[in-house]
Amino acid sequence: MENITIIDRIRDFIKHFGWPRIIIGLFLLTLFVMAPFVGVNINTSLSDTLNRFGMNCVMVLAMVPMIHSGCGLNFGLPLGIIAGLLGGTLAIEFNFIGPTSFLMAMIFATPFAVIFGWGYGKLLNKVKGGEMMIATYVGFSSVAFMCMMWLLLPYSNPTMVWGYTGRGLRTTISTEGYYLHVLNDFLAIRIGEHFVFPTGMFLLFALLAFVIWAFLHSKKGTAMTAVGSNPVFARACGIDIDKTRILSVILSTWLGAIGILVYQQSFGFIQLYMGPFFMALPAVSAILIGGASVNKASITNVIVGTFLFQGILTMTPSVMNSVIQTDMSEVIRIVVSNGMILYALTRKTEATR
Amino acid sequence: MKKITSKGIKSLIRNNLVTVLFLVICSIGIPLSGYSPSYLISEIIVRLSRNSFLILSLLIPIMAGMGLNFGMTLGAMAGQIGLIFVTDWNVVGIPAMVLAIIISIPISILLGQLCGRILNKAKGREMVTSYILGFFMNGVYQLIVLYGMGSIIPIKNTSLVLPRGYGIRNTVNLIGIRRSLDSLFNLSIFGIKIPLMTFIVIALVCVFIVWFRKTKLGQDMRAVGQDMEVAASAGIQVEHTRIVSIVISTVVAGIGMIIYLQNIGTLNTYNSHTQIGMFSVAALLVGGASVSKANIGNVFLGVILFHLMFIVSPMAGKNLIGQAQLGEYFRVFVSYGVITMSLVLYEMRKKRENLANAEKLQENQGALNED
Repeated sequence: MENITIIDRIRDFIKHFGWPRIIIGLFLLTLFVMAPFVGVNINTSLSDTLNRFGMNCVMVLAMVPMIHSGCGLNFGLPLGIIAGLLGGTLAIEFNFIGPTSFLMAMIFATPFAVIFGWGYGKLLNKVKGGEMMIATYVGFSSVAFMCMMWLLLPYSNPTMVWGYTGRGLRTTISTEGYYLHVLNDFLAIRIGEHFVFPTGMFLLFALLAFVIWAFLHSKKGTAMTAVGSNPVFARACGIDIDKTRILSVILSTWLGAIGILVYQQSFGFIQLYMGPFFMALPAVSAILIGGASVNKASITNVIVGTFLFQGILTMTPSVMNSVIQTDMSEVIRIVVSNGMILYALTRKTEATR
Repeated sequence: MKKITSKGIKSLIRNNLVTVLFLVICSIGIPLSGYSPSYLISEIIVRLSRNSFLILSLLIPIMAGMGLNFGMTLGAMAGQIGLIFVTDWNVVGIPAMVLAIIISIPISILLGQLCGRILNKAKGREMVTSYILGFFMNGVYQLIVLYGMGSIIPIKNTSLVLPRGYGIRNTVNLIGIRRSLDSLFNLSIFGIKIPLMTFIVIALVCVFIVWFRKTKLGQDMRAVGQDMEVAASAGIQVEHTRIVSIVISTVVAGIGMIIYLQNIGTLNTYNSHTQIGMFSVAALLVGGASVSKANIGNVFLGVILFHLMFIVSPMAGKNLIGQAQLGEYFRVFVSYGVITMSLVLYEMRKKRENLANAEKLQENQGALNED
């Protein structure tokens, strides 16, 4: 009798958690277990995983508001990233140095994110039902448009523009001397030789995650969830659907902008031109790996998903390399991330949760 | 009378906004680029022969109501695998092309089946799913070509294989089949070469598509495209019909990729297929097609306009601003912008039609109640 209940419980757990997540989780666990045996330093691996988690989690968080309001997966993340890039480059252009530059970058990015998000939201309201495909192409075309702008905008800081012509921004700009590692080093905890805990990044993420969580439980946030799960009901309650959706898109875009700044301060470089082109896909698949679906997502999904996804990204190259002397990590990354998106897209939509 | 014609023009422009916009861009770009008409015409002819076949593969899924089949990249991968084998076996000329096509077809059918089944599970968001599926299969393709070939799948020709002993090199020289179809039956008018044989093959596909529309299966597909539920109640196997449409599309895309690459002459093993879907879709949309409606005329008009813009924009950018790079970014932007705009216009029109239908229904009901 007892056996059955345990099996049932396990089955329930599997059903709740989902096979793909279990497989990916076990895969990651195997990688961590194998690491010491093939000569990979576990402390370095853990530290790298945590670091990459911190770099990417805000961008993954940017998925949440739009999923909540029923706008689907935010394939238009590059738009938010562009707002962040504008903020970052402006902060450098005006020569803010050190931590101030990071703060100023966030401040400069905000109006762009709000304006872009507002327009993007307006557009998505006109194409209800086909958001995801259009979001993808809004992202792509805005990146391509900004490629022209990076060439033409009158930036003049010599650390950013091409040396010989003095015009047009470089493809990669170093954040050294500006906001390189300002969050990484903030209250960083160093344990042993190889392990560093990037406290600043986690603090910022915790703050943002808490704000989003609190927002989703506020009156406006509940309205947003209602719009996403049952628009007819929401309208009957007197919620302005279009406005709520626009608000969610603005929030997502702004989080995308902040996300890329967090990413850059740790990565060390601002990548312009085609850099943001494919950045939406890893973020989308990360939240899906965390257990979100096309119309349902929570902060836990963000944390679990980013950890699993980034864990695999960090662990596969080092472990795989040592085991079979071949770097298959790129292929694994492509298959896992896109496979996860496919899995989410082909599941029957739970229109009413 | 006059009023009606001006209204007609207005609606014509509104229904073909993308095409009109492209006409404007091209008419500004051509004089700016400074290219001679004969150069432009010969370039356009080359590109017509190169791309039309690939774009024709998109028509049948549109007919079946599955939108733009970004999964055509799957067919392109099948075609490339065929070409790799043919090059390895040192077959040359037309036999090589035929052999490559024969190899690609079963792979295409298999991939098309897979794609069709997955899209059946994602009804209503076929486009984004087929798009992601393209990325996913790209990973599988890399797994096979970069790791499988030369280790599990035997490749004899060492010049094809990476120095490490397995995996295909980044570029494969298709010297054996280069231009074999194009130069089979050449015609020259005013010094402009016309690859007649390629155009005959393209014409054959066009005839096939026209014929196919009239068959029972083609009619079924159109019915499925109109309304899946009505089609199902009429006894049509909806899911099967949809799979068949994708399979045909994938097979045509595979052959199209082989024709495309025989014209170019080199295969970028890991890049050639990735952009093909986007460019084909953009060209078709420029030709005036929409997500739910496309015909053969759209294909050719689309190739001409889209590639005209592609040819002239770097030079126009250079002459205008002094930077060719700008023109290059411009054309990338325009390609993506076109797709975005068409998709948005399509969704808006669909919404408007739904609204109009609902209103009509309400009116009818009102009239009934009054009776």
